[in-house]
Amino acid sequence: MSKIKSLDELKKIRESAEKSFNLRATSEDDDRVVLRVGMATCGIASGARETMNTLINELSKENITNVSVTQTGCMGYCEEEPIVEVIFPDKPSVVYAHVDEARAKEIVQKHLKEGILLENAIMNKSFDRVKE
Amino acid sequence: MSYSMHLLVCGGTGCQASESAKLLENLREQIKANGMEDQVQALVTGCFGFCEKGPIVKVYPDNVFYVQVTPEDAKEIVEEHVVKGRRVERLLYEEPTLEVKLAEHKQMPFYKKQYRIALRNCGFIDPENIEEYIASDGYMALGKVLTEMKPMDVVNEMKKSGLRGRGGGGFPTGMKWEFATKYDSDVKYIVCNADEGDPGAFMDRSILEGDPHSVLEAMAIAGYAIGANHGFIYIRAEYPLAIARLKIAMDQAMEYGLLGENILGTGFGFTIELKYGAGAFVCGEETALIHSIEGERGEPTTKPPFPAESGIWGKPTVVNNVETLANIPIIITKGADWFSSIGSEKSKGTKVFALAGKINNVGLVEVPMGTTLREIIFEIGGGIKNGKKFKAVQTGGPSGGCITEENLDIPIDYESLTAIGSMMGSGGMIVLDEDDCMVNIAKFYLEFTVEESCGKCTPCRIGNKRLHEILTKITEGKGTPEDLVNLNELGKIIKDTSLCGLGQTAPNPVLSTLKYFRDEYEAHVNEGKCIAGVCQAMLQYTILEEKCIGCTACAKVCPVNCIAGEPKGVHVIDQSRCIKCGACYDRCKFDAIIKK
Ligand SMILES: Cc1cc2nc3c(=O)[nH]c(=O)nc-3n(C[C@H](O)[C@H](O)[C@H](O)COP(=O)(O)O)c2cc1C
Ligand code: SF4
Ligand code: SF4
Ligand code: SF4
Repeated sequence: MSKIKSLDELKKIRESAEKSFNLRATSEDDDRVVLRVGMATCGIASGARETMNTLINELSKENITNVSVTQTGCMGYCEEEPIVEVIFPDKPSVVYAHVDEARAKEIVQKHLKEGILLENAIMNKSFDRVKE
Repeated sequence: MSYSMHLLVCGGTGCQASESAKLLENLREQIKANGMEDQVQALVTGCFGFCEKGPIVKVYPDNVFYVQVTPEDAKEIVEEHVVKGRRVERLLYEEPTLEVKLAEHKQMPFYKKQYRIALRNCGFIDPENIEEYIASDGYMALGKVLTEMKPMDVVNEMKKSGLRGRGGGGFPTGMKWEFATKYDSDVKYIVCNADEGDPGAFMDRSILEGDPHSVLEAMAIAGYAIGANHGFIYIRAEYPLAIARLKIAMDQAMEYGLLGENILGTGFGFTIELKYGAGAFVCGEETALIHSIEGERGEPTTKPPFPAESGIWGKPTVVNNVETLANIPIIITKGADWFSSIGSEKSKGTKVFALAGKINNVGLVEVPMGTTLREIIFEIGGGIKNGKKFKAVQTGGPSGGCITEENLDIPIDYESLTAIGSMMGSGGMIVLDEDDCMVNIAKFYLEFTVEESCGKCTPCRIGNKRLHEILTKITEGKGTPEDLVNLNELGKIIKDTSLCGLGQTAPNPVLSTLKYFRDEYEAHVNEGKCIAGVCQAMLQYTILEEKCIGCTACAKVCPVNCIAGEPKGVHVIDQSRCIKCGACYDRCKFDAIIKK
């Protein structure tokens, strides 16, 4: 490490250090959006880990900071995996099925950035309905 | 490298004692064993404050808070939570009053009323990594001060914020800095007082262990404000972990050019040196501390001259406490108006308290000034252990006093605590219940101050010793009503005539218990009784006729054979020979022996 020579340089270091750090800061934020990826054996087998990495990379590429990507256990729809649930504060959550890399990018671009749901990929808008 | 999950493990002194280092190592091993070292990062952080339930592991981004985690739990946490996304229910915090498991720390009553300013980074960042501090806006305040503010602007900002010294006295920090600017000198010094001599306090240690850079940054800011280029941190040698973290932080700050010469290219330079104290309480007093740094004996001298005029080697010196300093960077970045909007009218911001004694949640808590003791003890602290009755809370350590039930609803700040005969002090808070004898508590604190008195002045050296002797006499059942008069009179004289703060405050625990618990003192001297059943010499063990079944167990354990009775017949203790060892009391399975 060479010495920091100005306030601008310090700010640059802060920006690059902030990326990994946002994970924590965002988690403490009450208004955060949560993306939950089903990460049980079935999910991992059908590529949930790649889906999760794609989401994380896409978010960081777009500099979106108020979103936490977390994992959860089996959601009970193994044939629909990988599953991603999008939870905005104070809104019913939306669950997407078969989220591969392309669809993961689409979730970030459309749903998170523009607020447009990917109608064709929605598994159901609430958990209760599917059980019928 | 970007991780998708962070596991933060508490690395404070308390949790390290319960193997948190091993826990961290096991977590890392398990993460590796599952091939996830590129995605999951396990790291050490500072004290979460919830020491009662440590070691603590916090999982981000899920925001899950695990308590009392052992090294053996690492495997389950990684395999279940990290790999499969399932919370480990048995390690969640169970709220005793609600009997529900709480996953997020924000839901816990312990954290609900807290507001962490001085402790903002403790339990949030890795204290051994300067980039984590920078990521959470670290050194931005120093940058702002050096590039946008004149030294006098900084002083004025501090004055406006209303920040007062957290080391005990509560002196306004901005005013102290202003005094130091008034004296022209080519050399001036900043001293960080990390002596932390109050036996119940550990907030300064926790800040240094969990967020050392905030203290370094604040010292540089103070240096710029008063025109000092060198600082000392006076820390007790018994704080090895805090010292180690400070050294790492100082090296990193030098390496990054945030300490040293020409900081951020502004021409301002500041260096810091560690000085170790041997742990004498009086060395926390600023003039004694200064002499100790100079290599002289750690004895106080009279003020004036105040250190701001003539401190280390006669140069203008500002002495500030660790917690005071930890508040400063965030006051600069968020502004004096933000800070002064928190707290009470005359005391701004927050105060960290070390909760201890007969309380459910032992630990470090930070609350806005003006919070009531009842909120701290019964909401945050979770109430009295084992459902016992609250008796008093001792604040301010050996220099403070006891506060009773009737004053629990007073919003606490510097003035209100002094008004009820105690003081803020450094923030030690020891909760006492019905089983504590107040005479004995007063004696305990006096023992400490007598031991720690430097002996330089007569009222403190001899007077406090006499106070202690009288208290001993009372607890041994030999006290007289006259002793109570003497305690009061002598106590007041010592307060008025001692040279330094140690002697001036030493009688406080006696005077305040004498005021609020006079009945206990009187029971000791008039009736030969210790109501709480603590003072051995006054206890009497008696056997209840109606409960004794004559099992002979007590007679067998009595070391002086003073219990008589036939098998299956009622037993009797010969009081004239009983040495009050309590062995019979512990042995009787039928609750037939009482202690009074
Ligand atoms: C006997 C005695 C012990 C003290 N111990 C400490 C201490 O351990 N830490 C501390 O910061 N201040 C201690 N003080 C207060 C210091 O003298 C001084 O007021 C304080 O460090 C100033 O910093 P502040 O204005 O930031 O509180 C002690 C005072 C006395 C009289
Ligand atoms: S009051 Fe006590 S500690 Fe202070 S100078 Fe006098 S003898 Fe020493
Ligand atoms: S142990 Fe208890 S019950 Fe047994 S003889 Fe002694 S007092 Fe009586
Ligand atoms: S207190 Fe000790 S000495 Fe007294 S009666 Fe009991 S066992 Fe014997």
